[in-house]
Amino acid sequence: MSDKIYKVISFLAALAVPVVCGGIIYALVTDAYGAFEYFGFFNFLTSSDWNYTEGHEQYGALPFIVGTLLTTLLALILCIPFSLPVALFVGEYFKGTRIANVLNTVIELLAGIPSIIYGLWGFYALRPLVMALNISPHGSGILTASLVLAIMIVPYAASLSAEFIKMVPNDLKEGAYSLGATRAEVIRRVIFPVAGSGIFSSYVLAIGRALGETMTVTMLIGNTNNIPTSLTATGNSMASIIANQFGEADGLRLSSLIAIGLILFLITALINMVGKIMIKRASIV
Amino acid sequence: MKDTNIKQRLIGDRLMKFGVCALAMLTAVPLIAIIGEVVMNGYDQLSWSFFTEPTPTAYKAMKAMQSGQPVPGGIANGIVGTMIILGMAIVVAVPVGILCGTYLAEHKTKRFAQAVSYMTDLLQGTPSVIIGIIVYIWVVVPMKSYSAIAGSVALCIMMLPLIVRSTEETLKILPSSLQEAGLALGGNRARVMLKVQLPAAFGGIFTGVLLAISRVIGETAPLMFTALGCSFVRWSIDKPISAVPLLIWEFFNDPNLQNLIWGASLFLLMFVLTLNLQLNILQKNGIIKTNT
Repeated sequence: MSDKIYKVISFLAALAVPVVCGGIIYALVTDAYGAFEYFGFFNFLTSSDWNYTEGHEQYGALPFIVGTLLTTLLALILCIPFSLPVALFVGEYFKGTRIANVLNTVIELLAGIPSIIYGLWGFYALRPLVMALNISPHGSGILTASLVLAIMIVPYAASLSAEFIKMVPNDLKEGAYSLGATRAEVIRRVIFPVAGSGIFSSYVLAIGRALGETMTVTMLIGNTNNIPTSLTATGNSMASIIANQFGEADGLRLSSLIAIGLILFLITALINMVGKIMIKRASIV
Repeated sequence: MKDTNIKQRLIGDRLMKFGVCALAMLTAVPLIAIIGEVVMNGYDQLSWSFFTEPTPTAYKAMKAMQSGQPVPGGIANGIVGTMIILGMAIVVAVPVGILCGTYLAEHKTKRFAQAVSYMTDLLQGTPSVIIGIIVYIWVVVPMKSYSAIAGSVALCIMMLPLIVRSTEETLKILPSSLQEAGLALGGNRARVMLKVQLPAAFGGIFTGVLLAISRVIGETAPLMFTALGCSFVRWSIDKPISAVPLLIWEFFNDPNLQNLIWGASLFLLMFVLTLNLQLNILQKNGIIKTNT
């Protein structure tokens, strides 16, 4: 008897996840429908106007899609030269030693810092630095946001790639050593080819993280609704325009913001799915 | 392999090792810089009254600033709000998450379980700002008011996949002989799960719950459109309520309250980092336990 009850209850609990997921998609689609219907789906995606004066309302998602993709891409490029060494340090050079543990803790703590504190630090510490170095006059912009974003995704990329680097079979490495290869050559010619797809998938998942980052980007990107023309220009990402305007929006503007939310949701879902599938493939090999 | 001489290859090897070590060590710089910045600016704001008094109004803060006095008040409203929102989220997310995790671990070959597993990943990857939108549509619009309930629904949705995952993973690494022994003694699956497997997995699940708490406690974006914020200590759950990260965002946007930013950030940062360090220790002990 209790077995049956337990089965029913655990099934119901498992049902909660699909219900929430379905609810998310349903709510986003129904509430975004207004904007898509009014502007047309492709027109909404490719229009770069964002005007909420009454009577001239015109909304398009292009500047924010560009802003999101630019910050994410730049963050990814900036994160690789740090996360890859960390992964090699923890997973190969100092595997299992105390110093690797220390670095691991550092990485975990970095992952634990709330994004609003990253934003504050970026705004009060990094932004003046960017201004002092004369990189951009007002300090905030795509570059500053990407810099902090890069620091935020280093832990995700590094810890996962380290796992894949650790998984490279010792036989392969020893084989290369016995042929006279140096450690650098083993890394380049054995570890990277074997763990490559795993490492790649960890960066895909890191991209998934960076796409949806809200507070940090909102505080640092400068919040202007135009397509950024250079790396130091200000802009807005999909998440930051929602964070900035959702509270005061209604009607068509609200629907447009939800439509941007739907696009963001679909992009992150796609990236995450690709990443997970790649990880599964990489772990089997 | 390229035909270079051994000296060059050895130099290349050294350079690589040096480069890896240097760049890896550089990642500690932001951590130290962030903690340093927050502590340096925040430590002199912390006092007893900082934790017992609510946020001052912008006018009060402005007057205090003009007369050169320290800004009065603190973040009591945020601490109470965070406790209420997080408490309600934990009460719902922990049992549902654990039960869902047991279901996934027991039925790993079923189509439905695999689909749920995929959706857990989907939910985990959903940007927090979208969770905020969703809960606004689901809860705030029907209730016609921002509320603590809405905030806790948002945090609950964010915690759920983390708890499901950790439960599932921990149950999966338990030796199957444990379950078999329980079943052989005549216990049914429910009894074996509740009395044998879950207690054995307690450590892993507990760390998972703590991890989930440390992840959501600093979340700002999902609370902005759900809990909204409130400038005095409030205990009711159907009205707008504040939270520590929301207060930080408020202070950031209000030049009069800027003096309170670092104190609030220091409190939040220390809380999250201590929780993470504890987790680290727990995880290490857990590994030792399963080995022996």
